[in-house]
Amino acid sequence: MAHTPPTPPTGTETAATASGAAASAAAAQGAAEVTMGAALNRALHDAVAEDPDVLVYGEDVGPLGGVFRVTDGLTSTFGEERCFDSPLAESGIVGTAIGMAMYGLRPVVEMQFDAFAYPAFEQVVSHLAKMRNRTRGAVPLPVVIRVPYGGGIGGVEHHSDSSEAYYTHTPGLRVVTPGTPADAYSMLREAIACDDPVVFLEPKRRYWSRQSVDLPVRTEPMERSVVRRPGSDVTLIAYGPMVETALEAAEQAAAEGRDVEVVDLRQLAPFDDATVAASVRRTGRAVVVHEASVFGGYGAEVAARLTEQCFHYLEAPVLRVGGLDVPYPPPKLEEHHLPGVDRILAAMDRLQWESEWVEGHG
Amino acid sequence: MRLVDRHGRRREHPSFTAPDHAVLAELHRAMVIGRRFNQQASTLARQGRLAVYPSSMGQEAAQVGGVLALSEQDWLFPSYRDSVAMVTHGVDPVKTLTLFRGDWHSGYNPHHYRCAPQCTPLATNASHAVGLTYAARRKGRDVAALVLMGDGATSEGDAHEAYNFAAVWNTPVVFLVQNNHWAISVPVHRQSIAPTLAHKAVGYGMRGYNVDGNDAAAVHSVVSHALAEARAGGGPAIVEALTYRIDPHTNSDAPQRYRDSAEVEYWAERDPLARLETLLRNEQIVDDGLLGIYERDAERVATAVRDRMAVEDKLDPDSLFTDVYAAIPPALEQQRRELAEELRQV
Ligand SMILES: Cc1ncc(C[n+]2csc(CCOP(=O)(O)OP(=O)(O)O)c2C)c(N)n1
Ligand SMILES: [Mg+2]
Repeated sequence: MAHTPPTPPTGTETAATASGAAASAAAAQGAAEVTMGAALNRALHDAVAEDPDVLVYGEDVGPLGGVFRVTDGLTSTFGEERCFDSPLAESGIVGTAIGMAMYGLRPVVEMQFDAFAYPAFEQVVSHLAKMRNRTRGAVPLPVVIRVPYGGGIGGVEHHSDSSEAYYTHTPGLRVVTPGTPADAYSMLREAIACDDPVVFLEPKRRYWSRQSVDLPVRTEPMERSVVRRPGSDVTLIAYGPMVETALEAAEQAAAEGRDVEVVDLRQLAPFDDATVAASVRRTGRAVVVHEASVFGGYGAEVAARLTEQCFHYLEAPVLRVGGLDVPYPPPKLEEHHLPGVDRILAAMDRLQWESEWVEGHG
Repeated sequence: MRLVDRHGRRREHPSFTAPDHAVLAELHRAMVIGRRFNQQASTLARQGRLAVYPSSMGQEAAQVGGVLALSEQDWLFPSYRDSVAMVTHGVDPVKTLTLFRGDWHSGYNPHHYRCAPQCTPLATNASHAVGLTYAARRKGRDVAALVLMGDGATSEGDAHEAYNFAAVWNTPVVFLVQNNHWAISVPVHRQSIAPTLAHKAVGYGMRGYNVDGNDAAAVHSVVSHALAEARAGGGPAIVEALTYRIDPHTNSDAPQRYRDSAEVEYWAERDPLARLETLLRNEQIVDDGLLGIYERDAERVATAVRDRMAVEDKLDPDSLFTDVYAAIPPALEQQRRELAEELRQV
């Protein structure tokens, strides 16, 4: 059911009313507070306006504007041809997008929630990811699949999955996830312009997060990870919904005298080894954090790569902080599942600081 | 197919007859309780006591008519919209709401009530019903199943695979499609251009029935017939019940964005409760006294739900770990200890 989630702190209607028009008005007056939802909405408006081959479709993306209102105003502004509701079938949505892309369109499709993208998995894995390769480059597929993902909004079951690892394990897909409104705008524009298929994961609990930014904005290229906060003691690696949490943890750690560097990965696959490895070589310690269950999760790949590339710089094993290895729990228990500031700080405490102290003063 | 029109008058039909007086009265009683339950649950959602509630206001006849056609040993496969069907089927009303309360994904033991967990990923439980009835037949038991799905759900590939399996395996399953005209904001004419959704049965070699879903007598009659045929080896069926979702999709929906209130009024005039009540009164099947008793029964259900839900459930975080596997594996056992330790420290 599109259980559109219970009202988050800032109010569902905030995102609902933050239309592209509102965003442009704000931009005209200089840097304004923009929510991530509004930034994504504006990116879609701008992309559709600029390129006649771009079109948006999916479930409830038309007059309703999507259950999170990210497609708000597209149909009324650009007409049915450019943004419309399709039959309710995710496999068909992605399958038809593949066909459209084969013939020169650039479809942007929405999966209503993370877990409702699973019926499309066959199309994503067997066709979307492989078409370029199968055809030896003759058929690229510039398709963007937008997926609101992750928990923290009190959603009932099937509305809170962190499904990134299913996609990152599939060569041929670009998997990206913004952590800030500015990135949300810039990365979505880039994803739509990209000739590879992009799984664009939107951290739904951050749709209402705000940032002062003039739109349109171009941030760093999406394939590059960025240092969100410089620090010298430990590298905290996060993406999507956990970027904000990581920054909060870093603030708190600073109060306790620990200087934390936060890296926002942004594009999860293909992976930008250089940025993270450089950071970890500087700090000598690393913690990877994500909402998804730890076992077989994306953090395992990051930890393994850091171990391979930074082994001699590491003062402690790379640690992972993530969700428990249980199916996503019901709303009233999700706080125990999701990693928060405390678990991140606790992990950082376990990075063998004592031994360094003993050595340093021995 | 209609047996009682919107003014509460009987309509003749060449192949179907209305259920007897006792069943008509029972259908009405269940609808009165169902409607009250819908109202109560919507109130709880507004008060924040439920995380969400997908109301079936206006669809009571389709749900009640379908469920009361089941035999004692039959199974129900509901979707999120089908709380009224579940309550009618005998599931504890509070346990019906466990999912929406955010307490757990399913509040009851499916075997106890012969009712599968409420299904949210659309159409995905339809094949489960095929498998379950197949297994029951293998074990020599006479078990049929009723699958509840929406108009939108019939567009999903899973629906079609289930239809075909049921037909090829000849399992006793009735797929009751509640065509409430909307899938959130998408009208049914955008889902399918088939003359009716019941036509989808044809391509799978099944029977398809189209029934006035706001006529509880008609729904009951058609589903009973379809179940009897299916039991006798005549194959599964799709029953499309034409009805209407009077309330928003859920309490967090904004229907003014996509539909006209005139449409809601049109359907409100075709209310399933009003017409059956008129018939029952006109034919003196029930009197004020009995109707008063139904109202009181409904009120009792609503009060019990309210009172029992007023008590905040204490959820044990340890329950996160206990039913992931048959036995808790060592690595998970360690996470369990770590969480307990974390909770001791706060
Ligand atoms: C596989 C899947 N995709 C999308 C959704 C999100 N969703 C929930 S309810 C709904 C509309 C369903 O409409 P319909 O089948 O007509 O049932 P109704 O809600 O009208 O009872 C959608 C798109 C879902 N639950 N499952
Ligand atoms: Mg519907």
